[in-house]
Amino acid sequence: MDDAGLSTVLFAMIAGAIRVSTPFLFVSLGECLTEKSGRINLGLEGTLVFGAMSAYAISYETGSPWLGVLVAGFAGMMFGALHGYICKLPKVNDIAIGIALMLFGTGLAFFFGKAYIQPAAPRLPSIPLGWWSDNPQIRQVMDVNPLFLVGAVLAVAMWWAFKNTRLGLVVRTTGDSAPAALALGVNVNLVRFLATAAGGFLAGVGGSFLSLFYPGSWTEGLSSGQGLMAVALVIFSRWNPLACFGAALLFGAAGALGPALQSIGISRGYHFFNAAPYLMTLAIMILSISPKRSLKGAPGELSITK
Amino acid sequence: MSATAAALAEPPVSPLGAKKAIGLETIGMTKIFGSMVALGDVSIKVKPGSFHALLGENGAGKSTLVKCIMGFYQPTRGSVLIDGRETEISNPKVARDVGIGMVYQHFTLVPSLTATENLVIARADVPSVIDWKKEKKSLDALFDRMPFRVPLDVPVSSLAAGEKQKLEILKQLYLDQRFLILDEPTSVLTPGEADEILGLLKTMTDAGDLTILMISHKFREVTAFADEFSVLRKGEYMGGGVTANVSVAEMSRMMIGDMKLRERAARKTFEKQPVVLDLAGICAEDDEGLPAVDAVNLKIRAGEIVGIAGVSGNGQSELIETLTGQRDLTSGRFFVKDQPYEPSREKMAKFKVFGLPEEPLKNACVRRMTVAENLAFRSFDQPPISKRRGFLSPGPMRAKAKELIAAYRVKTPGPDEPIENLSGGNVQRAVLARELSTQVEVLIVANPCFGLDFASIAEIRSQIMDQRNGGAAVLLVSEDLDEILELSDRVAVMSEGRIDYVAPIGETDRATIGQAMAGHH
Repeated sequence: MDDAGLSTVLFAMIAGAIRVSTPFLFVSLGECLTEKSGRINLGLEGTLVFGAMSAYAISYETGSPWLGVLVAGFAGMMFGALHGYICKLPKVNDIAIGIALMLFGTGLAFFFGKAYIQPAAPRLPSIPLGWWSDNPQIRQVMDVNPLFLVGAVLAVAMWWAFKNTRLGLVVRTTGDSAPAALALGVNVNLVRFLATAAGGFLAGVGGSFLSLFYPGSWTEGLSSGQGLMAVALVIFSRWNPLACFGAALLFGAAGALGPALQSIGISRGYHFFNAAPYLMTLAIMILSISPKRSLKGAPGELSITK
Repeated sequence: MSATAAALAEPPVSPLGAKKAIGLETIGMTKIFGSMVALGDVSIKVKPGSFHALLGENGAGKSTLVKCIMGFYQPTRGSVLIDGRETEISNPKVARDVGIGMVYQHFTLVPSLTATENLVIARADVPSVIDWKKEKKSLDALFDRMPFRVPLDVPVSSLAAGEKQKLEILKQLYLDQRFLILDEPTSVLTPGEADEILGLLKTMTDAGDLTILMISHKFREVTAFADEFSVLRKGEYMGGGVTANVSVAEMSRMMIGDMKLRERAARKTFEKQPVVLDLAGICAEDDEGLPAVDAVNLKIRAGEIVGIAGVSGNGQSELIETLTGQRDLTSGRFFVKDQPYEPSREKMAKFKVFGLPEEPLKNACVRRMTVAENLAFRSFDQPPISKRRGFLSPGPMRAKAKELIAAYRVKTPGPDEPIENLSGGNVQRAVLARELSTQVEVLIVANPCFGLDFASIAEIRSQIMDQRNGGAAVLLVSEDLDEILELSDRVAVMSEGRIDYVAPIGETDRATIGQAMAGHH
């Protein structure tokens, strides 16, 4: 590989990190909020796919992609609220409900989405932040979607809010020790319900990015497990929103590896490089667990750590 | 000189400001769960500014009573008077607003939050955005007037148990609560710490700043600090009065009634017994991967009980877990009768190593399996239960279980009852039956009497003594210093994962052990 090839690959990976990371970022921030309150919502994969479908459909029907984003968010919120409500009932396991909702969400999206596979809906605009450069590669890299910026700001805001606001402390308290929260007079189920609903909203918005910006159309294989990988990403980031941002960029870059190598003519092992995010998820899971240690930073009320 | 003069001139100012202690009275408190009467018509009176002890066995209804006062439970009948006015406490928030605070036995601090965060979040009027600089300033100002301090900026999970207990009490004082309920507050403290904290609280009640209702079963603390006491037994009020006027014997009679406790077996004297269990340089890590047990050396002879005292969380649980095979060693070795020993099933059977771990339902039983199955854990893979490899015969298993249930007086509806349905004392008896019904060479015991009633405690302690008299080497870990002093031949003290103090029982005393527990010796 010569220097030009290497720089092309690097640019493509940075561009990929920015472009591909946004759904990871939104889903992982949503999951981070839900898990901080003490529940795991594995259904976010379904929420993501349904968000993608509903955003595309609304954008096509109304001509406004931003309305699509909003509707995707509210659809996601409904899924989150459903998860939050069912988990409140006695003897219900949040992981089982999550899997059920994952299948329900994807199934429902496929059912309603059949009609929208062909037509082209208006897509989200991007902001050309590379105007200062003459290098077309840089200009391409800096063509940033506003949702990416929103996600970045949200990550910082969540990180700050968990430390400095009453709401943040209440969520952390609920997630770490339900008895302590009860003793403070906090309604544990309500906090978890709201946190799961808000997490669903973010995952829905993440889905809208998939269908309205990159790859930018509605197909049934659109998500290919990104919602589930985002859950792994939250564990990798040790429940820290800022680390979620970094991890989302890393996953985005890994996802861009295969296409980037292909663009400079290395097509051998294309499918192998395409699998990089999945391999990374597996590697992270193996490296971050130990039979002897408990996970550091894990909220104490999670059904996997309890 | 002038400072002294000024101090003399001014009247003593209460460190907490102008508010005064509040008094509380319960009238005919009754709580019925289904068909069980947990609390029957209990009326107690706690005067403002008094230190009141609430005595009773486990299951006597103390927790139910205070949970009704705190608003966790709604009483079936009865009412609470606060400063003489009837007040309905519908939830813990209401209790907090009227000035009643509780320090629980299980901590209610949030482990991942710092002490500062824990204190601020507990307040009723937390602003939506918290100005940490301002909060820290006001906390520092408050703590300057407080009797004890704790580190404020590290997560609570990294605090020692004693510090957490202090922080729980500080939290209530920070919230300006004037009626404190303490649920066995000293169970995680060294005797020195316990005396310090209770003494400081006592000066506050004497000054009329605070009223305290303390749940306890330690007569030493009750007679030393409480002004008045009330006794509950089986959910009913058995009596009470001024502590100074009633003897300990009288109090304990009120608590347990006229029931006969099993007599302790006499301690048999042995001469020159061989070393049976040898712990050589044992090191282990805790769940976070930090060193928890640090080069522990201990030799235990046949017919000897070595008691390991210490404040909980100093590595005792981890040490026991290495011996029972629940935790890996990072270095060191065990020897039983000079042969290397690893806690595997074969070696346990070969060397006759048995154990009563703490929280037996969690560490020695499978909750949802039946009593008979739990009783067969040591023998299910041998005849007569397993005649052919891999096949079990339920008949002999149930027959054996019935035999053990009768011999150890385990109260269960039958051998086929899931063991989780048994009471704590009966689970412990069932484990005892399984572990002690054959010949025992080494016995490893951890907090065997935690949460049990007096009859069960007497029974279990004499069983342990019987095993010692029968020639077993016994390693006893207990957070209850009285238990250690009562049973041990030698006392070892564990502090921060190390054992630096070992002494024969006749050559040590409570004060010396207490100092070693705090890490000074």
